[in-house]
Amino acid sequence: MTGLTSSGWRPSGPSCWNRDRSPLERRGVPRGPGGGLRSTGYLADDGLATAAYLAMQMNRPLFCEGEPGTGKTALAQALAQVLDAELIRLQCHDGIDASQALYDWDFPRQLLHLRALEAAASATGETLDADAVEASLYDPRFLLARPILRALQTSPSVLLIDEVDRADDEFEAFLLEVLTEHAVSIPEVGEVRAKEPPLVVLTSNRTREVHDALKRRCLYLWLDHPDLQREIQILHSRLPGIPERLAAQVAGAVRKLRQADLLKPPGVAETIDWARALQLVGARHLDVDTAAATLGAVLKYREDADRIRVQLDTLLAS
Amino acid sequence: MGPTLTPPQATDPLPGLVGFTVVLRNAGLAITTDRVAAFLSALDALDVTDRMQTYWAGRLTLCSDPDDLPRYDQAFAGWFEPGEGGRTQIRDERPPPPPRLASLTPEDAGSDEEGADSPQIHARASGTEILRHRDLGELTPAEREHLRRLMALLRPELPKRVSRRLRPARHGSTDPGRTLRAALRNHGELRELRRRDRSQRPRKVVLLLDVSGSMEPYADSLLRFAHIVARRSPASVEVFTLGTRLTRVTRELRMRDPERALAGAAKAIPDWSGGTRLGEVLRAFVDRWGQRGAARRSVIVVFSDGWERGETDVLRDQMSRLSRLAHRVVWVNPHVARTATNPCRVE
Repeated sequence: MTGLTSSGWRPSGPSCWNRDRSPLERRGVPRGPGGGLRSTGYLADDGLATAAYLAMQMNRPLFCEGEPGTGKTALAQALAQVLDAELIRLQCHDGIDASQALYDWDFPRQLLHLRALEAAASATGETLDADAVEASLYDPRFLLARPILRALQTSPSVLLIDEVDRADDEFEAFLLEVLTEHAVSIPEVGEVRAKEPPLVVLTSNRTREVHDALKRRCLYLWLDHPDLQREIQILHSRLPGIPERLAAQVAGAVRKLRQADLLKPPGVAETIDWARALQLVGARHLDVDTAAATLGAVLKYREDADRIRVQLDTLLAS
Repeated sequence: MGPTLTPPQATDPLPGLVGFTVVLRNAGLAITTDRVAAFLSALDALDVTDRMQTYWAGRLTLCSDPDDLPRYDQAFAGWFEPGEGGRTQIRDERPPPPPRLASLTPEDAGSDEEGADSPQIHARASGTEILRHRDLGELTPAEREHLRRLMALLRPELPKRVSRRLRPARHGSTDPGRTLRAALRNHGELRELRRRDRSQRPRKVVLLLDVSGSMEPYADSLLRFAHIVARRSPASVEVFTLGTRLTRVTRELRMRDPERALAGAAKAIPDWSGGTRLGEVLRAFVDRWGQRGAARRSVIVVFSDGWERGETDVLRDQMSRLSRLAHRVVWVNPHVARTATNPCRVE
């Protein structure tokens, strides 16, 4: 992918974003998701901006994969901010099931309601209508809306299904159904259909291959580490007031670290952490001493830190 | 497949775009009709004459794996030549499908220095990367039948782990919900305590098969075995082959029919009977899959003779990383009767 993204034929402004059907522009966001995302401090490249635009135009979920720390989750947060929509997050884990993702009945409250009805009836001496009592038990107020149902009920909303690779296969099949229909049917209440389908962002860390049937219904976005210039821009946008030289040095050093064959190459999140740490200790530029003191912000394995600590001077030489 | 499509007109980009998806399918991407439809509707929302937007429309809709991306880039560069001012020109020729090379028989592999029929020849690590597809259809029918029958008898019992989820059980902690519901059925009379306990789930299993030249006599049967294990519990088993590079063959081995699964796997493995870079390939596995989670809490079985051409330091470091991540690491060495068990360096 590097060959094409850096070959220089990339035009400066995608003309299609000036068409008037973009949902972003209806909400008064300037020129395309790239520009809109920029206003939130999230710097998107052409591919990412195109992906976000297509996800909204085609009403398809966006399936993000990539190295940890390349901004998969941050993308959903930025999209929610730019669309002025509520971000609803579903964190997947081992053994997650529909009652944790979709809805559940509040059993204790239902029981309490039943007791209250009984007590009231015995006090006044009237007889209860069994059907009416049962119907009152399955009232929407006893329904606990979990993230997916909440996303369908809220509009506009951005539904972030985080780390979907941690969930089981059965859960994937269930997601597939919800994501294609944009509707959920609850036997006691009926069908809940989204007025405006939520923008769905799925992220995966590739600990497990997600089923192809799910991927096929999504736009597939592979997120890589940004290039040097982009990363410097990200630093300036996330940490306003960072000295020009420090930002360039940090981005350059992280770039070298990523090529240094580490156990855990630093992601963008670590770059920002490191730059913030350096800013906090009052560094105006990066030298061996300050780098050694703040190395824990960027390298998270002892083996990596030990290896890099002895060659800090070559790392910082540019 | 080539002549069935009409040559694209300058005014109608559709045949060219569909032809591009055919090229991608030949390159090994999982292109389905709904993906092609998604590609076309993505282009409808974008600008088809803009090369960058065509590139991203295809990449977002037709790829589904980071391994697809280099192949996609190559096919894209070959199909859409950069035109004047970023306009797309669709070329009127289709690259031929990937050539199917002849299979590598043991006689061919060993024809350099020593005698071709000496068994030691297969135990030599060769540094040259022989990229060719092994045709598993070349086994004699009698052999294939024999293997198939023997392998079909295997019913591997896969390891289990304790899950976080609770299930009704005879022993364990009390289950308030079920106890109460049982009591309600008896008009509120509590007659027995229902209990629940942690359930069991299949533990992840990762099979790492060495398909380098020195393991060549075993590779066929190992793949067959991997197929049986993978079919037994498709969701919890991952299979990789190690040679000069790391290849994931899980998807191919999930197919039910063993012959089709093995043919698919053989096609996917580019470095069949090539050299060994065990340490580096193991590092690729731990970096790209193991540390992310595939190896965590799983049982890892390495089928390899441990013959390493390079330094053994890398191999040792990677094995210790793997053993820190995994629940258990099992090393199966078919040469154990003849050679040293420990990984040794081959000059």
